[in-house]
Amino acid sequence: MSRSRTERLVNLVICLLSTRRFLTAAQIAATVPGYGHDPADAREHEAFQRKFERDKADLRELGVPLETGTDSVFDTEPGYRIGRRDYALPEVRLAPDEAAAVGLAARLWRHAGLAQAASSGLRKLRAAGVEVDPQATLGVEPVVSAEPAFEPLTRAVRERRAVRFDYRTPAADEPATRRLQPWGVVSLRGRWYVVGHDEDRRATRCFRLSRFAGPVRLVGEPDAFRPPEQVDLIDYVAHSFAEPAATRTATVRLRAGAGNGIRRQAHAVDGDVVRLRYSDVESLASRLVGYGADVVVLDPPELRAAVIDRLRPIASRAGTASPSEVSS
Amino acid sequence: MSAATDRLGRVLNLMPYLLARPGIRIADAADDLGVTAAELRDDLQLLWVCGLPGYGPGDLIDMSLDGDTVTITYDAGIDRPLRLTPDEGLALMVALRTLAETPGLAHRDAVERALAKIESAAGEAADTAGRVAVRGPADSDRTAEVRGALDRGRALRIRYYTAGRDVSTERVVDPMRLLTVGAWSYLEAWCRRAEAVRLFRLDRIDQLTELAEPSAPPPQAQPADLRGGTFRPTADQPQVTLLVDRGARWITEYYPCEQVEPQPDGRWRVRLRASDLTWARRLVLGLGADAEVVGPPELASAVAADARAALAAYGID
Repeated sequence: MSRSRTERLVNLVICLLSTRRFLTAAQIAATVPGYGHDPADAREHEAFQRKFERDKADLRELGVPLETGTDSVFDTEPGYRIGRRDYALPEVRLAPDEAAAVGLAARLWRHAGLAQAASSGLRKLRAAGVEVDPQATLGVEPVVSAEPAFEPLTRAVRERRAVRFDYRTPAADEPATRRLQPWGVVSLRGRWYVVGHDEDRRATRCFRLSRFAGPVRLVGEPDAFRPPEQVDLIDYVAHSFAEPAATRTATVRLRAGAGNGIRRQAHAVDGDVVRLRYSDVESLASRLVGYGADVVVLDPPELRAAVIDRLRPIASRAGTASPSEVSS
Repeated sequence: MSAATDRLGRVLNLMPYLLARPGIRIADAADDLGVTAAELRDDLQLLWVCGLPGYGPGDLIDMSLDGDTVTITYDAGIDRPLRLTPDEGLALMVALRTLAETPGLAHRDAVERALAKIESAAGEAADTAGRVAVRGPADSDRTAEVRGALDRGRALRIRYYTAGRDVSTERVVDPMRLLTVGAWSYLEAWCRRAEAVRLFRLDRIDQLTELAEPSAPPPQAQPADLRGGTFRPTADQPQVTLLVDRGARWITEYYPCEQVEPQPDGRWRVRLRASDLTWARRLVLGLGADAEVVGPPELASAVAADARAALAAYGID
C-alpha cells in the first residue's frame, strides 16, 4: 500500500524534474504509473483527481517546490513541473571541523520537533556529500531547548502573520489574550522571547515564551506587516529586562563566618563590615533579609528601614523555635 | 507527515547519498542515515523500479549490488538532496548560533564558518532564521581557565560557594566537561570530597588552581542527564509548602515547583523541593510578608525565630 504510493510519488518527482514544459494533470495521468484510469468514466476520473490532489499536498509538505503554470497563453489548463534549481540543495562544502560542528549542533536540541528537523537537515547534508563524525565533540555542550510556542511563532515570523495567544504573568490571576505582529524570536541567556508590535497596546513589546498559556493561533493574511529593519531584537529584549546601574552604596555588618553570599559580592571588605553596590532598595532589602541576624544594615537608613519592615510581619507570625533547632 | 511522505523523503535523500559514496557498505549507509540495513535494502528495491517516463531499461534507476555494497549507476535525475525546509534550516542554525554563543568553546571559528555555509545553503530558510537570534552567557576568565584544565587533562583545586548552604569549601575535582544550561556555564566534574559527580557553576568558583596531577574521574563517574535542568529534585530533599501573595508569585517561574494551586483568597499554594532548609529559610525571609510557610513546621518556626533574632540585632523587640 504505502510502497506503491511511494513508488508513484518518486516517479512523479522524477517526471516533473525531467520536464521543462508544464505537464497537465491529464498528461501526468497518461505518463506516470499508478495514475492510469479512464478519463471518460466520471467516477474513475474523480478518484484520480482526489489521488493527485493528495499527492501534490504530500510533495509540498515535504518541501518539494511544485511549480504551477502554462507554457503559452493558449494553454487553458495549468500544468506542473519542478524546477531543478529550486529543488536541489545548493553545493555545501564543509571542512571536517565545520562538519563536526554541524553534527554536534544537530544533537543539541531538547525539543522533539526541532530535534527531528535538525536530524533530517543533517541527513540532507550527508546526502550532499558531507561526512559527519557522530562522535565529534567541541568540549562544551550547551543544552538547546524551546517551549512549544517556538514553532508556531517562528512560522508566524516567517509568514509575517499576526498571532493571538493567552499570556500568563505572575501578577495577573488569569491569562490575558494578546495580539501581536511578531518580528522575531530571540534567546537571551537561555530564555526565549518574541518581540513585535502589540496590536492592543500599539507599541513594541516582548513576551516570554515560558509564559504562554495554551496554543498560539495564527490569524489574518500572510505578509500582513513589515518588521522594522533598524530594531536589534536582542538589544531590545536585553534593554527591557536590564537591571538599572548599581550606583548606590550600602554598608552592612556580617556575623563572623556567615553571610558568605553577601561577602563574596561586596566591592569593599573591612573585617566583617562590607560595602555593596545596588540600584533598588527593595530588591537588596529582600536579599539581605534572607540572612536574618547574620547581616545587619548600617547604612543608608532607608535600606535599614526596608529590611526592618520586612522582618516585622514574619516575626509576628506563630513559631517559637529558636533558629538553632533547625539543622542545616 | 504520512508514512508514504516520510518514506518518499527518505528515498529521495538516499539516491544522492549513495551517488556521493560509490561502493559504500549497506550497513554503514544505514547507520549513517538512521535506518536498519533491512529498511535500506527495501528502499533500494523500491528505487529500482522507478525512473524516467518511458520506464524502459535505460530509463529506470540502476545500481550494482555487490554482496553487501552498493553503487548507483544511473540516477534518473535524482542527483541532489532536496533543499532544507524552513524548520530544518532553523533547527540547525539556531543550534549552531547557540553553540557559537557558548562560553569556553574550543573551535568557535569552525562553528562560525559552518554557520555561514549553512546559512548560504539554506537560502530562503535563512531569512527567517535571521529573525531568530541567540545571545548566550558572557564569557569569563574562569571559563578559559576551566577550558585549559580540560584540554590539558588536569585536576583542579577549587574554592566553591554553595548557595544552598551559604558556605564556601575547598575541594579537588576531576573535570569532565563544560556545559551551558540556560543563563549559566557549569563545570561537570568528579568531586573527590563528595565522591560523586557534581555540577559547579563557574561564577561560584571563587578560587581555582590547576594541579600538576591528571584529571582521573573513576569509571563510575557518568555525565548527568540535564534534560530537566540542572536542579534535579529528589525525594530526600525537604519539601516546602508556601502560601504566596501576588508579590512573591515570581518564585513559581524562577524555581522548579512541584505544585502551584490558586487559593480562594487569591494566594497561591506552592510546593517545591529545597536543596537545603537553610536555603528555604533564606528564600522565605526574603519574601517577607508575601509568603507564609505551610510546612514543614520547623521551617515556619525557624523563619519566625530568625526574623525575631534579626530584629533584636537592630535593637527592636
